[in-house]
Amino acid sequence: MSDLLKRGRLLPLVLLLAALPFYVDAFWLRIGLFAMAAAIGAVGLGLLAGTAGQLSLGHAFFLAVGAYGYAWLAGEPGPGLPPALALVLAVLLAGAAGGLFSPLAGRVKGIYLGVATLALVFLGHHVLLTADSVTGGFNGRSVPPLTLGGFTFADTDPELVVLGVPFGAEERLWYLGLALFALTWVTARGILRGRPGRALVAVRDSETAAAVMGVDVARYRSAAFVVSSMYAGLAGALLALGFRRIVPDYFGLALSVDYLAMIVIGGLGSVAGATAGAVFVTALPLLMTRYADHLPLVAAPGSTGGAVGPTEAARYLYGAAIVLILLYAPDGLHGLARRLRARVPGRRAKAAPATAPTAAPARPKEHTP
Amino acid sequence: MTGFLDHLLNGLALGAVYALVALGFVVIFKASGVLNFAHGSLLLLGGYLTAVLHDDLGFVGALAAAVVVTALVAGAMDRLLLRGGDRDPRAAHVQTIVTIGVDIVLVTDLARRIGGDLLTTGDPWGDSVTRLGSVTVADSRLAAIAVSAVVIGAVFALFRYTAWGLSLRAASEDLEAAALMGVRLTRVRMLAWCLAGALAALAAVFLAAFPAPGLERTTGQIALKAFPAAILGGMASPPGALAGSLLIGLTEALVAGYQSELHVLGEGFGDVAPYAVMVLVLLVRPTGLFGAKGAVRV
Repeated sequence: MSDLLKRGRLLPLVLLLAALPFYVDAFWLRIGLFAMAAAIGAVGLGLLAGTAGQLSLGHAFFLAVGAYGYAWLAGEPGPGLPPALALVLAVLLAGAAGGLFSPLAGRVKGIYLGVATLALVFLGHHVLLTADSVTGGFNGRSVPPLTLGGFTFADTDPELVVLGVPFGAEERLWYLGLALFALTWVTARGILRGRPGRALVAVRDSETAAAVMGVDVARYRSAAFVVSSMYAGLAGALLALGFRRIVPDYFGLALSVDYLAMIVIGGLGSVAGATAGAVFVTALPLLMTRYADHLPLVAAPGSTGGAVGPTEAARYLYGAAIVLILLYAPDGLHGLARRLRARVPGRRAKAAPATAPTAAPARPKEHTP
Repeated sequence: MTGFLDHLLNGLALGAVYALVALGFVVIFKASGVLNFAHGSLLLLGGYLTAVLHDDLGFVGALAAAVVVTALVAGAMDRLLLRGGDRDPRAAHVQTIVTIGVDIVLVTDLARRIGGDLLTTGDPWGDSVTRLGSVTVADSRLAAIAVSAVVIGAVFALFRYTAWGLSLRAASEDLEAAALMGVRLTRVRMLAWCLAGALAALAAVFLAAFPAPGLERTTGQIALKAFPAAILGGMASPPGALAGSLLIGLTEALVAGYQSELHVLGEGFGDVAPYAVMVLVLLVRPTGLFGAKGAVRV
């Protein structure tokens, strides 16, 4: 019942997102594409950190595996597979990389795992710089466009004009991103609400209790890590398609930190929260750079003399946002939204008879997906 | 053979400096359960202050001022984290992420001030070297080893013999029991953060000294290498942090020293070797070399 209501509420949003390419220009579509890619990765990390309680700073590494995996499998030099197949294989490759790390991911807990995965980022970056023949070294490599049954997600081939709007790479990739994100949303919620999600929450809350209940703790931990890596791989491949050229320096520690910030800003353990966090973190610097001229206290890009440039202003705001959101709303945007919703009297009254009194709303510690 | 001794001494000096940083991580973790991602920016702040003030105050005065200010900033950071409330057992996780936010703000600001410059801290060692038999070693490295040894010894004495040290150890065992015994947790925490800040500022001076070119905007990132050092030893164990730091320092120096023999691993492997060592150690001992196994009573 409530699910149907939810779906009914989501429909206008989906329609709006589908209609956007007809109304906004490529700049906004690019922001949207990057935000959707980030959201896919953030949902994956949220599954690991929020649900399984495992901290990972290695997300950038798995994004890199997905991005470079796709670029290598589909391109020259490389086997030159059909791009759609390469995309699937890249996701599986990222999952396999996560699986290789499972001896650690299954046994090492919480903060220890966070620092252990730090190693993946640095070692991975080193490999990206060193393995020239596959990764193109420091200068990176270009990413072949995705083709699906003769349709290319690029500016041409075939030329496409829908309702008077020319469909270039941005418009096409927007729909690809939307489809992949929908897939992520549905699968992640399926995992969270089903048996695996419950098992992972049990492991997070009490490892011993979960083990007593028959949950294979190490297996579930490594499985969560593998699934999270696969989402990261998909996100990486989508990002690569958006960038059209990938370089090792992008996949550094800062990227991992961004993803961690996304899920924490959004609210741990929630798919919607991870998405909101991803949009916030991705869009903020891009918007700041674009509208630098109109902002007070911010100098134009490229001006010198110790002035605060737009990139720096975005960093300040980003850092401050992390601090403020977490200090005043430790359960992130998701928790904030829920508390606001609970304040609106009409909705509360409507919801009250439907829910049993034991499942009353004001329990902010509980993380429902 | 000379080469080997050179690398060994270099590694020892590097490890000694990492130990200052790693000890800071451990002290903060013991007192508050927080992994301080802002440690790099504290380090950079200490170095920057020393570099800016040494013209007016002289090296020692500038260093003293930098140590005090950095300690105060670290203490203020702790105050800020506690605004989020510390009742929730998961608060430590949230606070860990808050330190990331603080780090972003601090590093952005310091990097903007430093720009592309190389700052000198005005240290008295300059580029002078000392010959010990057949080995030539930079004075700054010897100073790093000596100063670190003294400071680390003092910190260990602090843990062992002072009321604060006892409180800290009690708090890291069991927060609730410690509070019931009259330990003032907030004060123990705050002092721990101040101590860590002071250690980071001190480490910055040695990281910027010869043979390093000087203090750059990226110097703070070196603190990240102390992460493996702290984890290797077991996050809550000061002696472990010391051992881990020396292991990391020696690994880095030896791998960098024998780079030509290790060509297969690619150029610059020395910089990432600490992380490889960490992964190997964690594979064998998931809680670090000195970490407690921690039996759980249900």
